[in-house]
This record gives sequence, structure tokens and C-alpha cells, in this order.
Amino acid sequence: MSARIVAPVLMGLFMLALWEGLVRAMAIPPYILPGPILVTKTLVSDWGTLWPALLVTLTITLQALLAAVVVGVLLALLFSLSRWIELSLFPYAIILQVTPIVAIAPLIIAWVDDVNVSLLICAWLVAFFPILSNTVLGLRSVDRNLLDLFELYGASRWRTLLDLRLPAALPYFLGGLRISGGLALIGAVVAEFVAGSGGRESGLAYRILESGYQLKIPRMFAALVLISATGIAIYLLLSLLSHLLLRRWHESALKEE
Amino acid sequence: MTLVRVRDVSRVFANGVQALDGASLDIEAGEFLSVLGPSGCGKSTLLRLIGGLAEPTAGTIEWPQGRPDLGFVFQEPTLMPWSTALANVALPLKLRGLSRSDREARAAEALAGVGLKGFEKSYPRELSGGMKMRVSIARALVTSPKLLLMDEPFAALDEITRRRLNTDLLELWQRTHFTAVFVTHSVFESVFLSQRIVVMSARPGRVRSELAIPAPYPRSESFGTSADYAALCRLTSAQLSEAMAA
Repeated sequence: MSARIVAPVLMGLFMLALWEGLVRAMAIPPYILPGPILVTKTLVSDWGTLWPALLVTLTITLQALLAAVVVGVLLALLFSLSRWIELSLFPYAIILQVTPIVAIAPLIIAWVDDVNVSLLICAWLVAFFPILSNTVLGLRSVDRNLLDLFELYGASRWRTLLDLRLPAALPYFLGGLRISGGLALIGAVVAEFVAGSGGRESGLAYRILESGYQLKIPRMFAALVLISATGIAIYLLLSLLSHLLLRRWHESALKEE
Repeated sequence: MTLVRVRDVSRVFANGVQALDGASLDIEAGEFLSVLGPSGCGKSTLLRLIGGLAEPTAGTIEWPQGRPDLGFVFQEPTLMPWSTALANVALPLKLRGLSRSDREARAAEALAGVGLKGFEKSYPRELSGGMKMRVSIARALVTSPKLLLMDEPFAALDEITRRRLNTDLLELWQRTHFTAVFVTHSVFESVFLSQRIVVMSARPGRVRSELAIPAPYPRSESFGTSADYAALCRLTSAQLSEAMAA
């Protein structure tokens, strides 16, 4: 096995052992800091509560990511077709991106009756910008000579988009998608925190809040572990997708030789 | 028979730079013509105007026998990295609406014509610089154009590869009878390849002089070492210096 895998795994095990050792040696009570073994045990014993909560959060995350892809790509296409549309809309996309989601989430939750829809909107707001800006960049990064070539053979705008602009933008889009995957999860969790107990179906963030109130700190840690694991899984899946789509031709997918 | 008649063509870019100033030139059907000039003399611009990729600011480009099918080879191979060699060569046919089986058959034939049989499924990044340029030439020739426009196609290649490609290009030209317009800044290359050389002055570009290269075809590597070749290179070189000084 390569050092690329062995090194971080060894480091992780060492840190976990150190954590467990310190908790035991200093006799830290579990409501201050539970050790990794207790957290693992809680993860198993509370699975009945945590798993449905994970599904709720995951559903919102994936729906938001899907919406981010659809809206981000459509807007990017619109921008590439018309300079005027881009000039008039892009600044507002940036405003949406830089406004902290924690600040506007209460508004959205107050405005939208359905809590799930408001959570979805929050997660989408956080997730869509990287896809939009990366796809816009990609659609514009087409080789000028290839554009000339398409013109030389009388290609329609539609053909040029389909056979030239979209494939050229694909690596950029996939880069944006990887960032957005993690952001969608963060957006969903932040929105759940703000919504608090307002949600009838409760996601992982609500479980964390609840565990905090009840001083069930090991369960809080277990929920945190689940959120991190979900984020890592989303990233790995999107990286795999990117690799599969680009491995034949793109520099980023080249093996080191 | 004159294929293209370029008359007093000027081209001024949006930033005010004048690339061409009243360039005139006739291209005869079937000939191998080189356009020779220093960097930035507007020879690429002239080629783009003939190819219809840009419009002249002044002057006219006439096609006495109608505008034929044409192929264009850029300085870079300009291949789509996400497509195989075969799909890259088939692109012009795809854009013209040919069926998949038709265009793949013709693209395979064109690839074989440039010596790349067996590389149909290779992606551009798996090919060497010279091979990529061959794919690019195959793509330009796949529509069997009457006129092939080449913009310093071999300038970025090493000497050995460039010589091979020069000989192979001449062989293709003799086999398929297209009209070739070859833009270059290399005296040696232009003398080796062409029947006629048009020498351009530095910016703003105009045609300064013209000379014929009477050596017979096929021209092999031995032509490139002959005394005739050396004399013609000296003559061309002198014309180029004169054009640059003017």
C-alpha cells in the first residue's frame, strides 16, 4: 500500500489513541469530552435516532445540490449566450454568495411556510455559486482556434455549444461540483441549526442542538462524526465521478508516471 | 486558372494596429504557394481573410470560380482533447451532417493518408507533437478541399519531425491535387516546399516580391542538400532582407 494511504491512517490512529489516553489519564467526565471509544459506542447504541436524522439532512443536501447544478448550469449557459444578461445578473449572484447564510436563514425560514423548503433554499443558496462561476469560466475557456474551426465549417450555435463549449467546460464544472457538494451539506446543517426545533422532521443538526441541551455530549460527538463522514463521502463520490469522466483526456486525471 | 484574387486588402484591428496595407495576390488552382515574411507581418491575418475567418477593412477577395471547399491548419494542432483522433478528423463531416458510418469511414481513410493507421482510438494527449499535427492535417483534408490554408503548421516542431512532415505534405499534395497556401517565416521551408514564394514586408504587411522555385517534383531529402536548393535559398533570403529593410 502506498504511503499516501498509510501515513494519514497511522496519524489518525495515533491521534485517536492520544485522545482516548488523555481522557482516561486525566479522568475527564464524558459531558465535557467523551473519548473516541465512548463516541463509537454511542454511535451504535443511538443509531435508531441518528440514522433517520442523517437521512433527513442527506435528503436536503442532495436536493440542494441537484437544484444548484440545474440552476447553476442553466444560468451559466444563459450568461454565455448573452453578455447583457451576464452583466445584469452576475453581481446579484455574487451578493447572494457573500451574504452569510446564518444571517439570512431566519428570514427565509420566516417567509417560507414549509420548513423543508426553506432549508432547501438555504442549502441551495450556499451551494450554487461555485457551479455557476466555474461553469461560466469553463464555457469561456474554449480554444479560439477551435471556435474558428467550427465557424469555418458553418456549425450552428447549438452545435458549437453541444460539441465544443460544453465538453470544454466539463472539467471546470466538475471542479465547481466538488466544492458545491460540501457546501450543500454545510448549508443544510447551518439552516437546520437556525430552524432549531421548528422542523418536524429533525436532521442531524437538530440532534446536535438537542444533545447539547440534554448534556448528552457523546451523542453530540456521534452526530458530528456522522456529518463529517457524510461530507467526506460526498467529496469522494464527486471526485470519483470527475475521475471517470475525465480520465481519458484531461490533464488533471493523468497518472503520475 | 486563378482560384483566389486578393486585391489591395487592408486590415486594421480594433486596437488600431494595421496588420495589412494593400496586399494583392493571385492564387492559381493547384499550385503550392508559400507566403514568407517576418513575424508580425500580417501573413496569418492574410490567411484568415482568405479563409473567411475575418473581413478585410478595405479591398476585395474574389473567387473567379466560386468559393471552394477549404481546409485550415493552425499553428497549433488545435484538437479537441476529449475526442479520439478519429472523432477529431471526422468533426468537419459531422458539422456537415454526414452519417456516423460515412464520416468514420472517411476519417479513417484520411488518418491512413497521413500515416496514422492504427491510431484511430488514441486521444490527443497520447500522441506526439508531430502526430498531433498529422491528425490536424488529416482533419483539414477529410472534406477533400480544393484549397488548403496552412498557418506555420510546423513551426513548433523539432527539425527532424518538421523535415518528415514537409516531405509527407508534398507527397499528399501530389497525390490529392489540392491548392496549397503555406504561411511560414522559414526561408528553407518555403524553398523546399513551394513552386512560388510571395515575400511580405514587415508590418503593415504588403506583398513586396514574388519568386518562382523551378525545381521539379517529387522533391526528396536530397533536393534539400543540393546546390540548386542552396542557391535558391540565398536568393530568397536576399529578397526577404530587402523586404524587411523597405
